[in-house]
Amino acid sequence: MIANVSRRSFLKGLAGAGGLVLGVQLSPVAVLLDDQEGDEAQPFEPSIWLSIDTDGLVTIVAHRSEMGTGIRTSLPMIVADELEADWDRVRIEQAVGDRRYGSQNTDGSHSIRAFHDGMRRAGAAARQMLETAAAEAWDVDERECTARLHTVVHEPSGRSADFGELVSSARELPVPDAGNLVFKTRDEWRYVGKDVPIIDSVGITTGAARFGLDVVLDGMKFAMIERCPVLGGTLSSLDADDTLAVPGVEQVIELPRYEGSPAFQALGGVAVIAKDTWSALQGRRALQLTWDEGANATYDSTTYAETLLESARRPGAVMRESGDVDAAMAAAAETIEADYELPHLAHAPMEPPCAVAQVTADGCEAWAPTQNPQAAQGMVASALGLSPDQVTIHVTLLGGGFGRKSKPDYVVEAALLAKQIGAPVKLTWTREDDIRHDYYHTVAAIHMQAGLDGDGRPTAWLQRSAFPPIGSTFDARARSGGAGEMGQGFSDIPFAIPNLRCENGPADGHVRIGWLRSVCNIFHAFAVSSFADELAAAAERDPLDYLLELIGEPRRIDLRAQGVPYSNYGGSAEDYPIDTGRLRHVLQLAAGKAGWGRELPEREGLGIAVHRSFLCYVAMAVHVRVDDRGRIAIPRVDVGVDCGLAVHPDRVRAQMEGSAVFGTSLALTGQITASAGRIDQSNFHDYTVARMNAAPREVHVHLVENEEPPGGVGEPGVPPFAPALCNAIFAATGQRIRSLPLSRHDLSKA
Amino acid sequence: MTTLHVNGQEYTLDGVDPEMPLLWALRDHAGLRGTKFGCGMAQCGACTVHVDGRAVRSCVYPVGDLGDREVTTIEGLSADGGHALQRAWTAHQVPQCGYCQPGQIMAAAALLSENERPDDAAIDTAMSGNICRCGTYQRIRAAIKTAAEGK
Repeated sequence: MIANVSRRSFLKGLAGAGGLVLGVQLSPVAVLLDDQEGDEAQPFEPSIWLSIDTDGLVTIVAHRSEMGTGIRTSLPMIVADELEADWDRVRIEQAVGDRRYGSQNTDGSHSIRAFHDGMRRAGAAARQMLETAAAEAWDVDERECTARLHTVVHEPSGRSADFGELVSSARELPVPDAGNLVFKTRDEWRYVGKDVPIIDSVGITTGAARFGLDVVLDGMKFAMIERCPVLGGTLSSLDADDTLAVPGVEQVIELPRYEGSPAFQALGGVAVIAKDTWSALQGRRALQLTWDEGANATYDSTTYAETLLESARRPGAVMRESGDVDAAMAAAAETIEADYELPHLAHAPMEPPCAVAQVTADGCEAWAPTQNPQAAQGMVASALGLSPDQVTIHVTLLGGGFGRKSKPDYVVEAALLAKQIGAPVKLTWTREDDIRHDYYHTVAAIHMQAGLDGDGRPTAWLQRSAFPPIGSTFDARARSGGAGEMGQGFSDIPFAIPNLRCENGPADGHVRIGWLRSVCNIFHAFAVSSFADELAAAAERDPLDYLLELIGEPRRIDLRAQGVPYSNYGGSAEDYPIDTGRLRHVLQLAAGKAGWGRELPEREGLGIAVHRSFLCYVAMAVHVRVDDRGRIAIPRVDVGVDCGLAVHPDRVRAQMEGSAVFGTSLALTGQITASAGRIDQSNFHDYTVARMNAAPREVHVHLVENEEPPGGVGEPGVPPFAPALCNAIFAATGQRIRSLPLSRHDLSKA
Repeated sequence: MTTLHVNGQEYTLDGVDPEMPLLWALRDHAGLRGTKFGCGMAQCGACTVHVDGRAVRSCVYPVGDLGDREVTTIEGLSADGGHALQRAWTAHQVPQCGYCQPGQIMAAAALLSENERPDDAAIDTAMSGNICRCGTYQRIRAAIKTAAEGK
């Protein structure tokens, strides 16, 4: 026992150690709760992840951000399951940003796979301690005591005790070492693999759920910021007289531009502080401003696209090479080339960026819909000259994220304003702010080239990708994606081709580039899966058969063993190899469910694509109908998905359904363009996203059940959709689509 | 002084500009924050409420135009969250992030009050003004049908 150590200082000590793993959090010291010793009403807190009070109420900490994946339900389900808790006696508590939880950055589709094992350990450790406590109380063999639905039962005697009754003795016990934990077997799982209603559904449907924009503090002011329309510009003149004359407007504050690269910093601009949102909006409209727009004022996305395509057509940095591509290409019976172009996209979460902050002598407290509370904490601390432990970030529900809310610039803005005005403040971004000042999905050009043998099979394969990298947001000199971005669906291409080279061309960034749901996989999957379909057509082969042949025999590919720099989404080659057997299986599954090969009416078609990303395999078969006027309808999508263990199958299905709609948005109309450095779009009338009447009418999700470890789910459904749709359009009309969005193309009947 | 009649209650609000959209009067002044801001220009439907039973976009509806009309928000749709649509939304596990769903439910409620058994085309027409960026449309459609059937 460690006596006289307060929990607070204990946890501070832990946080100071940085980057903690779950095993440490479950070390025996974690249970010794010191200054509360002897108080029997105190809860039992065997780890930072859960506590049980004397009434038996289990509180499980959700440390990842809820933006629609169901993670606030599914990770706690794992804990509750191993604990043998009654789900009706579980409450969920959202964690503040704190390094002791490990990564809280809810992106990269990695919440389940990064924390599945840890959540199981937390639940199992607490269960075993309750069983031990019961055995000691009854003076019986611990092995005869079993936790079952919130009760520990001694089978031979029939004695039982509710978890709540065991709390006061369990909390005196050491936490078992990770090596001594016994886990439930798969057939004993009570919640994992079952469809548990998400915990927020009632709150959402009654309007009680609290998102970032719903936070209110006493004495709170309302802020809007006018930002330079061109990235990197600075304010040259400000006349706020008209603004200050607007009723309800209280102050106008100039915020300096960020220093160096934008990164996660506040962009800067002119803030209007008012008594409510409407006054702030009216006041902002009345600002008289001029800007020195700076070097990015030359950015024109139309001319830039030509530059980018030139970069993709030139030799670039070699990211992967096998065989002798040049010799094989020269010897080929036929070569085929194609270029693909995809534009910038905006995230456009339904809840725009927003945050509430207050600054006192003790530090800063902020409430925000953030995917990344620890980054928000660090950035706010640095902007305010505080240490991170003086900054508390409360995570609200997120009204969508898609990667936008991983970047905490808007939290920093709110904190800076709260400090300046000495009062709590709510910062709201309008939709126009959101569309014009996003961290955009990057623009890309891809050049594909194949050398074919006499049967139309590729003997040589060259692919080049050029796009301004995410790194350019953090360092203006960054011009290449490198292994990380190229490893998203390009240098990890799983085709069995003897001579293959993958290159990356340079490109400059002129807007903030960020990661958007599935990131570079969007354009890489589009190019690779479209090109495969083109080659099949050239060879007059069935696209499915041809694609299966490209993938080749079931095998496990270890790129790192071949010397290819590849992050594999943080997964090991042992647990998460590139498994072409799984790829083939989902492809055949989707095709079979879609009735691949069946006769369809004129101007209807089926298209297919398969893609592995975020350690998950997804194939989509899209059925399209193109009317004589060129309008597209999508009656049905069949999705084959192998994400390994599906902790919450219904949420996996929901993510795939949503991915098909997200894919529809980007395929049909998604594009952000720029003229003279300014973003041309501003709201949902000109940055259109799929509505019910454009979305696929039916999305059927077919889940593969196996014993594989869990992979990602939130993002991997997006990449295969657009190429499958465009391949379907080719099947329906004979028209090949090499650039998105489809609104650029006339699909009407000739 | 501005008086609003919302969910059967009277709200007397001080210092509210008659031009202020109903959305901001509800959210910032009446403390009813279930109605959401999404676009500010009647493009997305997140702010949908009922005025005298008809679905309106509160983000472009000036409070000065309300007069004595009765406003219903998501908080007032049912006393206990037990409206057939709310139950159907939970049964189908419609929400992902959930932000647009109050507006979706209010749009659907207005539809069902005018058309007890809407077909797919009627649902498309009534619901295509409401954007869901998570892409829950398929379940929204199913939930509306379930609610209409009184299941």
